[in-house]
This record gives sequence, structure tokens and C-alpha cells, in this order.
Amino acid sequence: MSNIQAASQTASAGPSRREQPGHMQAIAARQQSQDFWFHLLTMTFSLIVLVSLVGILVSLVINATPALQKFGLEFIWRIEWDIVNEEFGALISIFGTLASAAIALLIAVPLSFGIALFLTENCPVWLRRPLGTAVELLAAVPSIIYGMFGLFIFAPLFAEYGQPALQSTLGQMPLIGPLFGGAMNGIGILAAGLILAFMILPFIAAVMRDVFEIVPPILRESAYGVGCTTWEVVRHVVLPYTQSGVIGGIMLGLGRALGETMAVTFVIGNSQRLVPSLFAPGSSIASTLANEFAEAGDFHLSALFALGFLLFVITFVVLALAKWMILRNEKAKGAKT
Amino acid sequence: MNTALYQRRKLANTIGVGLSMFAMVLGLFVLLWILFILFRNGFAALDLALFTQSTPAPGSEGGGLANAIVGSLMIVGFSVLISTPVGILAGVYLAEYGDESRTAAVTRFMTDIMLSAPSIVLGLFIYAIYVAQVRHFSGWAGSLALSLIAIPVVVRTTENMLRLVPGSLREAAFALGAPRWKVATMVTLRAAQAGVVTGVLLALARISGETAPLLFTALNNQFFSADMNKPMSNLPVVIFQFAMSPYDNWVRLAWGGALLITLTVLVLNIVARIFFREKVSA
Repeated sequence: MSNIQAASQTASAGPSRREQPGHMQAIAARQQSQDFWFHLLTMTFSLIVLVSLVGILVSLVINATPALQKFGLEFIWRIEWDIVNEEFGALISIFGTLASAAIALLIAVPLSFGIALFLTENCPVWLRRPLGTAVELLAAVPSIIYGMFGLFIFAPLFAEYGQPALQSTLGQMPLIGPLFGGAMNGIGILAAGLILAFMILPFIAAVMRDVFEIVPPILRESAYGVGCTTWEVVRHVVLPYTQSGVIGGIMLGLGRALGETMAVTFVIGNSQRLVPSLFAPGSSIASTLANEFAEAGDFHLSALFALGFLLFVITFVVLALAKWMILRNEKAKGAKT
Repeated sequence: MNTALYQRRKLANTIGVGLSMFAMVLGLFVLLWILFILFRNGFAALDLALFTQSTPAPGSEGGGLANAIVGSLMIVGFSVLISTPVGILAGVYLAEYGDESRTAAVTRFMTDIMLSAPSIVLGLFIYAIYVAQVRHFSGWAGSLALSLIAIPVVVRTTENMLRLVPGSLREAAFALGAPRWKVATMVTLRAAQAGVVTGVLLALARISGETAPLLFTALNNQFFSADMNKPMSNLPVVIFQFAMSPYDNWVRLAWGGALLITLTVLVLNIVARIFFREKVSA
């Protein structure tokens, strides 16, 4: 505050002070240099985020170089993951990551759409806040808790009731039947996908609710006014209007699901084998890293870094697309209203 | 003919709305189920020894989580000390200086991506630039990895809260001849105080339960240690290790630790909400 006070004192001190322009200039010069340094300081800190993002990419590539040099691009579709003979390929982990994330989306998207629909259209006003908060708290529960819940509570129940039921229904169908075959011990890619679904559900639901709420009331009420049912309003007015925001929310959830470590590591089974069944244990990129990194030798480490690099690139693309779609939705909203 | 159409639309509506209610109920049911299991198993494991004794050797009875609790508090505490100033200053830059500039737009975009980037990759990064260089795991490395997760949270909330401060407040300060840095630190930041504190609390809640980035940075330590320069025990990694183990006693302690972490995270979230609501409405 001293500078402001000094400045106001000089201003109110009357003619005698005004005869010393040098004093005022000194203050102005000092403030200018302070401003310059403060600007530089804050800019430096904001660049830290940028620099660390670039640093992540660079450091992953550098550390992955030995493995990438040996296997080249082939690393991505090689099946072997043999620690003893130092033969590494990413296909098993990539398959586990993509399959579990796809299952999670398949289940979480309709459910979060339902939750967002309920919260914005049907929920009594007094219930909106508590239910919204409950969904957000579901998002705050640490992922390791989902993992423990999945391993100790969900997996045994799933092995006893869920998997037999799935095998006797979906397992009997042509084409997709083999996906639901094999030993039923509760853990595996399907179980990981189910746990992931409930983990990403609150993220997607929260984004969907937020974008549903920006639909101008006049649109919604016009539709109700011409006799639309709630379902028709959501299906033909709200959804088309918020399309890119909804897709952005889904991609955000996908980004989370791809990179999730703990919830998956507990239930995916951690096996480096490729079996064409969703009941079989597998591994995702993140779970392989979590399991093997701390005990890996040099070349093994570089293969793991290569896996990490793949994961980062995949999630970066997905998240960037998500962000871009949500931004586009916000812009379109600004233009239409 | 019209009644048939009417009936069909009504049916579609009933099914749609019914399914949406079902989704809501299912979501709530899962939340309550998880909390119920956690409380039942967690409170069964709570006793005084949990807070006073260190983690037991494999297969032995008794023991507690004292070393992990202290380790977690230190790692998370230092991480908050690192990320709060960095995050707030970066947020100030985005809101006060970099309004429309290209650097600010890119930084904003990247910050949003960092918000959801896979946390295990951040652990890899810190391993590569710090742990691999000094050749040992340490509490500091854990703090750094967690800071990378916390900073984007603080940056974005600080920026959003500063943007809510009315421009007239800034202009009034400028008119009095205040330099820009004083307007930012003593006028707008002070006006946005409650929101900024909320952001820090949310960041704290976010990193308290993070496990993946600690696996290759802080690692774990079976013994009590308050030396940030050595491998350090911490709750999430202990929970991970104990829950995957075949020993009943370890699994019991894992539930106890899980309860402590979840309670911390939920309480922090709720406090942040209440704090924000009171200050903003006041």
C-alpha cells in the first residue's frame, strides 16, 4: 500500500510538492519496473505447465529410445511381452486398455445421460442440489477405493451371479459368444470395464448436466408449448443443441478411463496373455506400468517408458478433441443466443 | 389413428423418463454401497494401534499405519506448499495479463489437458527427471509428482475466480494510480480469496487419494521415516500393497487406510463447498 499512499500524499500535498517532478518520476519508474518483474514472474509460472507438458513428451521419448530403436513401430502390434528374453510388444496392453475403456463407455454413457436428463428435466427442485452433490462426491472418491471395492466385493459377486448369467445369454449368441466364455473367476477385462464405468460415470454426468443447463429456456419451453413430451424435448431439442458438448463430455470420460491405473490394476488380473475372451485376465498400459516398473531392469524400463509414451499420446489426442468439442459448443451457444 | 400415435409417444416418454430415474437410482445405489462397505470394513479396522504403530512385517499380527499417515501428510503437505504459489501466480497471469494473448490461450488449453492427464505418466516423468538422476526414490519426488496434478487445479480455479471479480474494482484501483501488480495482489486476489482457497482445498482433496504417481517416486518404506530425501511410506501405496497381499492382517489395515483417505477426501470436498457458498453469498 505504501506506494499508493505515497502517491496520494504527493497529490494532496499541494503546490510545494508538485514542484518536484523528479520525485513523481522516480515513483513511476519504480512502479514500472515492479510491474515488469511481476508480469515476468507470473508468466514464468504459467509457462511451467506448458514446459512440463513438453518435458513429459521429451523425457518419455528419450527414455523409450532403446526399446523403440530395437522394435521400431512394430512395438505397437507385437504380442510378445517376455521379460526374461527382453522381447517386448504393446499389443496386449493396448488391447486391455482399449477394451476396458470401450466397455466402460458402453455402460457409463447411457447411465450418465439418464442421470443428466433426470437432474435437468424431471428432478424436483429441492432435490437437485443434494443429488447433484452426490454425483460429484462419487467423482471425488479416490480410484483406489473403486479398485478395492472391485476386488473384494464386486469380483466374487460377479463370478457367482454375473458371469454365469452373461455366459448363458450373450455367450450363446453367434460371433460375440466366445467373448463371454472361459473360466469365471470374477476378475478380468470385463470386470475392469464395469468398475471403470462407475468411475467415469460422474465425470460424464456432470459435464452433460452442465451443457444441458445452457440450453436457453425459451427453446425448451417452446417445445413443451407445442405439446412435446419430456422425452421428445430432450431427444429433439436439447440433444441436437448440445451435441458437441455431450460428445466432449464423453471423450473426457474416455480420457479418464484410458489413463486410470488403480481401479483397473486391482481387477484386470494382470496377465500378459492375449485371450479372445472378456472373462480372461489381461492388462492395460497403466496396470502394466504399476505392476512392473519398480522392479524393472534397464531395457525393460525403456519398454515400459515406450508404453507410457503411447498412453500419453492416446490420452492427449482424446482429451484435446474433448476440449475442442466442448469449446465449440460454448461458442455456438454464444452465437445462437 | 391419432390415439395410437398419442399412445406411442406417451409410452416412449414413460420408458425414457423411467430409464433416466433408474440410472439416477443406480448411481446413488453404487455410491451408497461403496461407502457402506468402506465404513463397515474400515471402522472394524480402526483402533489406537492404527495411529501409533508402524506397518507390520508380512504375515505378522498387529501393527498400524503411523508411518504411512505421517508420510502421506508430509508428501501431500509439501506438495500443497509447492503448488499453491505456482498455481495462484499462473492463474493471475492468465486472468490479469494474458487475457486474449496466444500464449495464454495455449497455456489454458494445456492446463485443461493436464487436469485429466493419466497420473501414472506424471509419475514416469518425475522418475525420469528426478529419481533416475539422483538414483534413489524419495519423498520429494512424490511431492513433485503430486504437485504436477495439483497445479492445474489451482491454476484453473484461480483464473475462473479472478474473472468473477467485477472490472470496476480494477478500474477504481487503477484510477487511484495503483500499479498493475498491486491491483492484482491486493485488490482482485483479495476479492477472490474465498474462491482461490476453495481451489486449493479441491486440489488437496484430489491429490490425497492419488496412488499411481507415488508408485515410482516416493515408493514405500516399511519403517517410520520423516526424511523427505529417502523412500517414504504413504497411505495410498501401502493400501495398494496390502490390499493385493494374501495376509488377512494387511488387508484389514488396507481397509482402515482406505477409510481414512476417503473420509479426508470427502470432508475436504464438503468443507470446500460450504466455505465457498458462505463466502460468496456473504
